[in-house]
Amino acid sequence: MLRFVARRLILTIPLLVGISLISFLMIHMAPGGPISLTTDLNPRATAEARTRLEKYYGLDKPLHVQYGRWLARMATLDFGESFSPDGRPVAEKIRERIPITLTINILSMGLIFMVAIPIGIYSAVRQGSLFDRVSTVFVFTGFSIPTFWLALLLMILFGVKLGWLPISGIGSLEYHSLTVMGKIADRARHLLLPVLLAGFTGLAGMSRYMRSNMLEVIRQDYIASARAKGLPERRVIYLHAMRNAILPVITILGLSVPDLLGGSVIFETIFAIPGMGQLFYQGVMARDYPLIMGILTIGAFLTLLGNLLADVGYALADPRIRQG
Amino acid sequence: MRRTPRRIVALPALILLAVLTGCGSGKKEAQPENAAAVPDVPAYGDMIVEGSIGGISGFLSAVTSDASSHEAAGYVFNGLVRYDKDLTLEGELAKSWEVSPDGRRITFHLRKGVKWQDGAPFTSEDVMFTYRRMIDPRTPTAYAEDFKQVRRASAPDPYTFVVEYARSFAPALASWGMHVLPKHLLEKHPDISKSPLNKKPVGTGPYRFVEWKTGEKVVYDANPDYFEGKPYIARVITRVIPDQATMFLELKSGGVDIMTLTPPQYTRQTDTPDFRTSFNKYKYLASAYTYLGFRLSHPFFKDRRVRQAIAFAADKKALIDGVLLGLGQEATGPYKPGTWAYNPNVRKYTHDPARAKALLAEAGWKEKDGTLVKDGRPFEFTVLTNAGNEARAKTAAILQQNLAEIGITMKIRTVEWAAFINQFIDKRDFDAVILGWSLTPDPDQYDIWHSSKTGPKELNFVGFANPEVDKLLEEGRSTFDIEKRKKAYFRIQEILAEEQPYVFLFVPDALPVVQKRFHGIHPASAGISYNFPRWYVPKALQKYRIQP
Amino acid sequence: MRGSAGIRRDFARRLLRNRLTVAGGLVIVLFFLVAAFPALFTSQNPDRIDVATILQPPSAAHPLGTDDLGRDVLSRVVYGARVSMKVGFVAVGIATSVGLVIGLLSGFYGRRVDAVLMRFVDIMLCFPTFFLILSVIAFLSPSIVNIMVVIGLTGWMGVARLVRAETLSIKERDFVAAARAQGAGTLRIVFRHILPNALAPILVAATLGVAGAILTESALSFLGIGVQPPTPSWGNILTVGKNYIEFAWWLSLFPGLAILITVLGYNLLGEGIRDAADPRLKGR
Repeated sequence: MLRFVARRLILTIPLLVGISLISFLMIHMAPGGPISLTTDLNPRATAEARTRLEKYYGLDKPLHVQYGRWLARMATLDFGESFSPDGRPVAEKIRERIPITLTINILSMGLIFMVAIPIGIYSAVRQGSLFDRVSTVFVFTGFSIPTFWLALLLMILFGVKLGWLPISGIGSLEYHSLTVMGKIADRARHLLLPVLLAGFTGLAGMSRYMRSNMLEVIRQDYIASARAKGLPERRVIYLHAMRNAILPVITILGLSVPDLLGGSVIFETIFAIPGMGQLFYQGVMARDYPLIMGILTIGAFLTLLGNLLADVGYALADPRIRQG
Repeated sequence: MRRTPRRIVALPALILLAVLTGCGSGKKEAQPENAAAVPDVPAYGDMIVEGSIGGISGFLSAVTSDASSHEAAGYVFNGLVRYDKDLTLEGELAKSWEVSPDGRRITFHLRKGVKWQDGAPFTSEDVMFTYRRMIDPRTPTAYAEDFKQVRRASAPDPYTFVVEYARSFAPALASWGMHVLPKHLLEKHPDISKSPLNKKPVGTGPYRFVEWKTGEKVVYDANPDYFEGKPYIARVITRVIPDQATMFLELKSGGVDIMTLTPPQYTRQTDTPDFRTSFNKYKYLASAYTYLGFRLSHPFFKDRRVRQAIAFAADKKALIDGVLLGLGQEATGPYKPGTWAYNPNVRKYTHDPARAKALLAEAGWKEKDGTLVKDGRPFEFTVLTNAGNEARAKTAAILQQNLAEIGITMKIRTVEWAAFINQFIDKRDFDAVILGWSLTPDPDQYDIWHSSKTGPKELNFVGFANPEVDKLLEEGRSTFDIEKRKKAYFRIQEILAEEQPYVFLFVPDALPVVQKRFHGIHPASAGISYNFPRWYVPKALQKYRIQP
Repeated sequence: MRGSAGIRRDFARRLLRNRLTVAGGLVIVLFFLVAAFPALFTSQNPDRIDVATILQPPSAAHPLGTDDLGRDVLSRVVYGARVSMKVGFVAVGIATSVGLVIGLLSGFYGRRVDAVLMRFVDIMLCFPTFFLILSVIAFLSPSIVNIMVVIGLTGWMGVARLVRAETLSIKERDFVAAARAQGAGTLRIVFRHILPNALAPILVAATLGVAGAILTESALSFLGIGVQPPTPSWGNILTVGKNYIEFAWWLSLFPGLAILITVLGYNLLGEGIRDAADPRLKGR
């Protein structure tokens, strides 16, 4: 088991290098350097100012030298300094933003877990029933709906028309003066819509997978024999069938990381949440090379982590792999 | 056999539909005001929450280039001079100044008794230090040019600062609006953009910096020792809300007190009596204009008659109604109506398709099956504009229709900003562009119209070259005499109107909206924020209790 | 042992029995009709600007209202279907082709080729797809072509894996060895044996892929780097609609609904095909 994990870990290294190479090449094929926003069409800047800035950012060195420098620094988790005028280290900027994005993603994974599993199980048990059909449509709607559209509709409904929930940000203005409980409640209210949104759209995959797994398990011989033994149906389903069907599904949670991260760009922008997605979008628009590469790499790393966890979970669930 | 209606999909949609259209007014707004009952007396206290689309990148204006950062810095820092409500220069940290008769030397007399927010005294040493850093190659600033024109600077005593230029240079005065930096806090940092002050500023201004959460908010508290008197509003918070629609929702629910409205928000969403009891809307001309610029070396646009024809074809009223919902004015030149340099009597181009066609016929374009053709070539060109700008996209769409009416096919291409500049503008690889300029109060536009400014990355990218304009531009910037400058700029506008290197389209209105409890706002040429430290909330209307 | 005709009949029967799948299929047919024959559904010009009728609610003259430049929303939604169809199909076409080629190469030539290619797939899969697309599109000009290519080039990985698995499993079967002994070339094996077996999963992937592509395009347009106005696309009508969402609900509701219904249709159909073709789910 340990060997399995160790092997998988070692395999991630070439992946990381490959990732950094691809993102570096990709970003440098972009027309327009990062300084363009500072100086272009600005009546008060001059050519001299521009060259000065170019030198300052190291753009006058050849490509492979730039990449080499970047890679060496990446190994020490130093992503360099952001090209934006505040010039802060990229790692710092990302570090500030990760907690909130991770919080929302983890909470929505939890939501997905809590809602999708029961739906999947019940749909399988009652295959073809009204519940199955309705939940299928429900789940599929979540999968098919444009997230930004739903976000705005929810904001209007809950934020404006009903006034129950705050509509943007992660904390009220009076946050500091609240008690600990108050702070938690405030945070929760602010995060409710984003988490609901991310969860709703992610329900489909999980519940469909749960459903098909459950369906497969139900048809197994040992279930038939349990029934024949006279065990109550409820025990058959919820104890035996479910236990076997659920393990693989849990591992899938890890694989939903990239989708959640990607989706965060949109709803972080709409809900004005200062997370990684919003930072990424701003970095892309400003052609902030180090920032973009940093976030892409971190994102890929998180995905790798999710995959690893999924694999480990799967190995735990499947005794065949566990032994080997 | 059970039938599942296909329409089950429509059910969620129907519910949404009902919710959106059914309910009438939204949340009820703040306390209704009885204007007569509340004494309108300036009082200290309360807090104002500003909504901002973009976050800031730093507090030192020299090394930032975005409007949000400069605005933020403006709470904490001062310059030697600033613009008053009528857009004339007045002293800020400089009590007064004199310009020598030959226009080459400016002597600033600085205010006495001004203190930095950490208690240290403000003196001419700070001004000297600021000047030195502006021209220092280690400072990553884009604004060094104006300061490099200085031949000699001196600080003969702690409250006098003298600069000498090689030649009389009118825009020089305005350049001293640059924020003055504290020498004692920055001299140890060779690169000010890396100094702690860029994140935790200390200035002489009306507000002190309290906190900056990147991408989220900035907090300022009133500076009790401000040399013009402590500001009434005790705290300012700038909240970052990157989406206009969300910000508006926040405004209505009380999370934001002041923001800029878009034309549709101004006209359609803020006309209810409900809204009017809680908010004041303002409208005044913004300092910017939008234009259609031609590459003057393009074979079609070389001919002045063609450019004029397009100016006649463009329906500016439709543009203002369509793009700005009526909230703006026609632009006839590169100056804002109402400013002293604006010439109201230049040639105007009303929407006259017949005249446009006549001019084009004169220039050799013949009509064939609804399109114009000359020497076998149809009149087709591509206009470029930057992606993500709704107003410009709409402007392009309307112009496209206008030109189609007279037989010209204009294709629209939106390009992302950096690519736009680097690939198309800089390489002069365009037919025409739709862009805008923002206008500084000083009317010198040498960099945009002078024939020497047509190099790559320079601002005269359309390639305008007119010897008379060149001369006038030089005249305009080399004298401090307003009347002489006015004459020069008036004549420049006449020529530009005749030559139409751009079709000047419109000047939009600025549309700020402020929660009604804030009093002391007096709209003027400079807008409404020029006297921000004098805004107040009467005691009875104060919403937030701020501990001093 | 059932003949292939029998298998197909079974498949078709299972497909049609699932009401939701049929519903999805019908939606898609409708979508095709709208995209191919817009004139049947609207008589107005989607680009006709009329400053006097800006932002009007649905009426007899404009059943779905007008937008911020006075253009008829119904016609824009109708013509927007074309963009969605184009993007969906071309993007998925690219993704499927690329995935097919890579999967075949990988499965067929095995060993090192396989190792390298699959490593490449793994690397590509590590990037959060939307982040990747966003970066690339933002650096190039936003245009329909660029969007189609980028969505396609970031979506081939699933197909590649599918095809590879299928290729690997078939490659070793006896009848392939027999066919080879008879002198059948690689291509013949591919077309006669591998592809038909891989068809169902590829079809599922493609159908679901179209759904995803349409959603991605609308998200990109929402962020302002998708299809640029004045070309109508469901996504970019929504970008504008979002600014007027409180009072011009029709601008947001209808395009959003169009996306939802179309994407739902594709997803239901795709899942239905998957269910119908799944040999494990016998009986129902």
